[in-house]
Formats: sequence, structure tokens, C-alpha cells
Amino acid sequence: MLIIKDLSVRYRTDLGMVNGLKGLSLTCGREKLGVVGVSGSGKSSLGRAIMRLLPDTAAITAKEMSFGGRDLLKCDQKSAASWRGREVAMIFQDPHLALNPIMKIGSQITETYKRHIGHETLAARRYGLKLLEAVHITDPSLMWNSYPRELSGGMAQRAMIALMLACNPQFLIADEPTSALDVLARQAVLEILDELVESRGMGLLLISHDLGVVKNFCDRVVVIKDGKDIETLPASKLDDSLCPYTRSLLAAQPRLLNRVDGAV
Amino acid sequence: MEIESTPHKHLTGMAMRARRYFERKFPVTRLNFLGILGIGTILFLLAAACIGPVLAPFDPYVQDLSVRLSPPGAVYYLGTDELGRDILSRLLYGARVTLLIVVLVVVISGPIGILLGCSSGYVGGWADVFLMRLTDAFLAFPRLVLALALAAALGPGLENAILAIALTSWPVYARVARAEALLVRDSDYVSMVKLQGASSWRIIFIHVLPMCLPSACVRITLDMAGIILTAAGLGFLGLGANPPSSEWGAMIASGHPYIFDQWWLVTMPGLAILAVSLGFNLVGDALRDMFDPRI
Repeated sequence: MLIIKDLSVRYRTDLGMVNGLKGLSLTCGREKLGVVGVSGSGKSSLGRAIMRLLPDTAAITAKEMSFGGRDLLKCDQKSAASWRGREVAMIFQDPHLALNPIMKIGSQITETYKRHIGHETLAARRYGLKLLEAVHITDPSLMWNSYPRELSGGMAQRAMIALMLACNPQFLIADEPTSALDVLARQAVLEILDELVESRGMGLLLISHDLGVVKNFCDRVVVIKDGKDIETLPASKLDDSLCPYTRSLLAAQPRLLNRVDGAV
Repeated sequence: MEIESTPHKHLTGMAMRARRYFERKFPVTRLNFLGILGIGTILFLLAAACIGPVLAPFDPYVQDLSVRLSPPGAVYYLGTDELGRDILSRLLYGARVTLLIVVLVVVISGPIGILLGCSSGYVGGWADVFLMRLTDAFLAFPRLVLALALAAALGPGLENAILAIALTSWPVYARVARAEALLVRDSDYVSMVKLQGASSWRIIFIHVLPMCLPSACVRITLDMAGIILTAAGLGFLGLGANPPSSEWGAMIASGHPYIFDQWWLVTMPGLAILAVSLGFNLVGDALRDMFDPRI
């Protein structure tokens, strides 16, 4: 569904042009594709470039960037409104920053519902409560009337996922969806994502710096370095990779059980 | 011992609960003492404007030359002016004029300033540059001078004074609102509503503007004192309300030849202006304490 060929993103700054991405290529169908790389390798630029959410100072060039046959490069902000959210949705890193702090969760879902689906407030509520149930919220009507600041990180992340699902997208980009969460909430959110991808037949692009998560969760993995894709391989084969950079990433993972030489 | 302390403890709990209840229901009670004092002053001004004509002991326009320049006393509580008019009555009627000026100026310039500032900050680019240079041009002049020029060009009168003050006060609100809009325009939640297909207008009105309101409101409240002073200044210079009207600035202007011998002609309206400006300033400060967690 998603085809990216030779994508470059360059930012205009006071110090000249700064490269975000330098010729990245990937394709993703109805599957779970993991994108891993160290900080500053261009992971987040990738997600925002696909969604056309980069600031005006960014210049995007690519041989091809399309989703389901639609050329994403030719979209301006206005025509982007027709597919953004409806076909491709994005989950942000910190849910407390990505939810409007002064609107109740319910109003935010209703707003999206009215923009895309229908006008009846009651139907929006029914629809929204069902969505909240789908992301494993035990008391949807309580959350419906809550402000984001009243929710824990895990709860807010689920609320955001529900909000993104409100327009029924076919493809989900998750930009480090779990790095603002603790270990337990992380597992729960990943399970919810997995369930949704399976049941709705969506594609998922999971951007992460956590090799362990990507290895266990995704079908395929793209390793990127300095804005270029270094290696693409099935997640199960990640440990057997021959690429030196991937090997060094794997070796750099902290291991709780390994004892450092010389330590007690 | 325990039995005795329990009802007392219970009572304190009740009192605490009652207090929390009141503070939630009426956020005003969270204000500090000075804030409450300010609110009291403004309520007093409101009351004077509403029921002043009932309270006023004399007609503010009827002249009685036999009692002109009488000092404050049992009959004329605040004395009379050079035409024998009761100063207290004139002050009470003047409250209405002052309130009218403040409210109209805020109603005209507040929304214009906030809306322009928000849109400018959110849209950015050339529109932002143009609007901000425009506010720079307005802010480069001292406010009273600009208002004077406008009032002189439009002709003296209350309506023109209001218009002149309104035209000189919106740039400040636009700057404050823009600063807040800049903070939220690149935030994740604005990206998020963009993703959900919200139009620019919708984002500005529903998602950006509410964020600008608290600081703009504080700024406007603090500015009300300035508005009153500017209005009094225009009145003093003869460009505000026209003579028979009992506008406080105009009262000071007509009383100033007598300042050394009959001090009450100038002092009483001056005190009224001082009290009301101080009141608005105190409320503005208290609102800022309430809204702004950084202080």
C-alpha cells in the first residue's frame, strides 16, 4: 500500500540545509513494519513526511511516495485533508501533548466523528464508547467525560488510539507510541495495536528505537542510519543479520542478565 | 478525650469540604485579599453606574450659584463645584460614563486583537510579518498621543474618544495572543487535529484561541486602568465627553483653576479615578496569579 522510493527531507536553517532523510526507500502492505534506528537517524522525519506534517522549512523530494495509488508528493495542505486521518492515521509519542488539554476526550472524538461520519451527537457518543471499549477501556463513559490531564499515560495513549481510529483509517503510523509509557502499559498498548491491526486488516508502520519491541512485534524490520535504509529483513531473522551496522545495534542493547566483567 | 475531639475534627472536615466546594463553585473565592478588594471596588463602580441616579442626593446638572464652591459638609457630602453642582451626584452619574467607555473599548478592541493575534501566530509567514509590523507601528507611539490625534481628527465627543482608545489598544492584545498561538501551533495536538481533517478556521477558533484567552484576558483587565486614565486624559484635554456631562476627567479639567483654594473640586474625581484604576489593576494581578502557574 505504502511505497516510498528515495525519499529525502532537508530542513532550511540559519546554518544552511540540514539533512533529515537522504534517500530512504521502503514499502509496506497490510503488515506490521518496524522502523528502527538511533536518535537522529530520521525516524520521526519519516512519519511526519508521509503525513505532510513537517514545518514549512522542510523540503521533501522523492522518486515516488504513494499510498494506495495516490501520489502523496503532489498533495498540498488542502488536498491532504481528504486522505489524512481517513486513510492514514498517526499515533504520537506523548499522548498528553497530542490531546487537546482543554477538551474532554468525548468532545474530541465527537469532533472527529462529525467531520467524517455523521452529524448526530448521540450516534457519535455510541460510536465513541464502542471505540474506547475496543482499546480496552474498562469504563468508557467515565473516560468520555474526562480531560486528558486526568488520565494516566497508558489511558491517554489508548484514548489517542481510539481518537485516531474514529475515522476508520486503513494504515497506521505509530511514532514511538510506547516510549512515554512504563513497561506494563507498553505491553498493553502493543497488544491493543496488534489486535486492531489483525481485526481491521490495517497496515502498521511502527517507528521505534527499541529493537526488542520491534523484533517481537513486527513482521518485517527496516534498519535506518543517517537517513538511509541500511537493511530490510523479516523480524524473525533480525538476530541472524549479517549487516555490520545491525549487528552493532543488537550488540548495543542493554541486557539485564549479562554481568559486566569485573563487576560483582 | 477522643470523644471530645471527634466532633471538632468532623467540623473541621466539614469546613474544609465546604470551603473546597465553594472554591470549585465560585473560583473567585480563590483570589487573594487584594484581588477581592479590587473586585469590591469594581462592584462598587457597577452599583454606582446602575443605581447611582437613585442614590444621588441632587440633580448633577442643576446649577445653584448661591452655594458654589461650598466645602464638603453635611448637605453636600463632597462639596460643590464652581457652578454650585453637587460633586457626589456628579461622580455617581460619571461612573456610568466611565463604565461605558471601559466596556465599549474592551468589546471593540478585545476580540479584534485576540482574533488577529491568534490567526497571525497560527498562519505565520507573510501575513504574520505584515500584521506584526502594523502593531509595531501602533505601539511605537505613546498611546495617549495616538488617541489624541485620532480624537482630534474625528472631533471631540464620547463616541470618538471610545473609538480612538479602541483603535490604540488592540495591538497589545494581538501581541499577547500571538505569543500564545506560536506556542501551540507546532504542538502535537494541533498536528493531531490537522490529521483529523479540521480546517484552519476550525483549528484557530476551537483549538488555538482558547489557549490564548487566559493571558489575553489578564492583559485586558490590567489594561482597563490604562483605558480609564486615557479616557480621563482625553476628557481633561477637552477631546472626550462634552462639558455638561459629568465625566471624571472633564470634572478635573473644569475644576483645575480652583485647585489651591477649593481642593475638593479636583481631588474627589481624582480619587474616583485612582480607586477604579487601582481596582482593575488588582483584579488583573489576581487573575494573573490564578491563571499563570509560572509565577
